[in-house]
Order: sequence, then C-alpha cells, then structure tokens
Amino acid sequence: MVSCEKATLICNKAQYGEASFVDILRMKLHHLICKTCAKHSSCNTQLTSLCQKAKLRHLSQAEKEKMKETLSQHR
Amino acid sequence: MAIPKLQPERWVDNYADYLFNYAIGRVSDAEMAKDLVQETFFAGLKSAKNYKGDAAERTWLVAILKRKVIDHYRKRNSKKGKAEVRMGYSAQSEAEGDWLEEQVADPFSTFENNDLENEELGLAIQQCITKLPKKQATVFAMKTIQGISTEDICNELNINPSNLWVIIHRARTALMECLNKNWF
Repeated sequence: MVSCEKATLICNKAQYGEASFVDILRMKLHHLICKTCAKHSSCNTQLTSLCQKAKLRHLSQAEKEKMKETLSQHR
Repeated sequence: MAIPKLQPERWVDNYADYLFNYAIGRVSDAEMAKDLVQETFFAGLKSAKNYKGDAAERTWLVAILKRKVIDHYRKRNSKKGKAEVRMGYSAQSEAEGDWLEEQVADPFSTFENNDLENEELGLAIQQCITKLPKKQATVFAMKTIQGISTEDICNELNINPSNLWVIIHRARTALMECLNKNWF
C-alpha cells in the first residue's frame, strides 16, 4: 500500500501523463481507503482540464527577452 | 497617500503573459497579439508620467491594450486596409469549404458561449499564476502551458526531478485554492 505522499506524487505525475500504469493502480487502491486523497485527486484532475480548456498561451523566455531589450532601447 | 510608482523594468515579467492572453482572445493571431503587447508597453512608457495611481499597474496597462486592439481593427477597416484583398471561404475563419449551409448558425447551440467563458477562465488562471511565488509560477508555466519535458526543465533550472514535483504540487494546490475562490 502506498502512502499519502506517494499517492499525491503519482497523481501529479498522472496529470502530465508521466505515471506508469502500475502506479495509477496503486493510487486508485489508496483512494479506496483515503477519501482526502481521492478528493484531492479529483480536484487536481479538474484543474488540468480547466487549464486545457482555457488554452493558455505563454510567450517564450526568448520572446520576453527580446521584448525587454526593445523596451530598454526606447527608454 | 503616496502615488504608487510604475516599474517598467518588471512589466515584461509580470504582465506580458496576462496581456498576451487578453490580446489573443481579441485578435486571434499570436504574432499580432505579441505586437500589440509590445506596443502597449511602449505606449505605457511614453505616458508613464500621466499615471495617476488610481488604478493598479496591470489595470492601467490593460486599458492601454484595449485602445491598441481598437486601433488595430480601425486600421484594418480604414480605406487603405480595405484595399488589401482578404478573401476566404468565410469572413471569420481560414477554413475552406463550399457550402453556404455550413455557415448557418445552429439555433440550439450554446457552443458560442464557450469561447467567451474559456477566455475569462484563461485570464482567471493567469491571474492566479501571477500570485504564485516566482519559482512555482515558472515551473508550472513551463510544465503545463509550454509542455516542456520534466528532464529539460530540470536541466534548465538546475533542480532534481523530485524537487520539481514538490514545486508542481505546491503550485497546483495554491492554484486550486485560488480558482476555488475566484472561479467557482
């Protein structure tokens, strides 16, 4: 049986598709006896789906650097 | 009360992503949005002395960006802009097709609200991200939004994987709390 810490770690990894199948099974097993983790896990999954739905876009670090440079030239 | 001071040197770090998301929702073209954000910063610098401090720095910049977006559409619809030929299957999208029927709106659809809602959601998330400590915000953005692999992030920021997962965990927990307050 995995501990709560381990279960959260697996849960976080699972959000990025980096958890192994066996680990996910272990986590699910843990959720059967630990409602706190089960709730946290469902919230976590919800956060992932929200982030995907929002289609967030970020400027890359290089683009930001370029922006800073052009800005400082204008000052 | 002392007038809060503008900090132009921190604008790009603090607001570029927020403004970028705001702009992209309105012009739906990443390059254009980037240019608008850049122009906003220029205009902000130029009129920094007019900043009276009754609005937060970000609100003030968003107000400038709004004007820039309006200017953008004005320019497109000016005589010169109209002279440029823009032809497509439909005026709004780049999609290709033949049938007029395809363009008729579905009367029962509530689908068009989604875009609007998603944009607001995006800004809400973005706002929550800016509230995170710097390290957590960077790691979370790299991992979730830019989708960089764990290994690459570790190399770039010089941390080990278990360290990264702890940071991700803290960021996610804080985000959940923040979104619970501001979104649901």
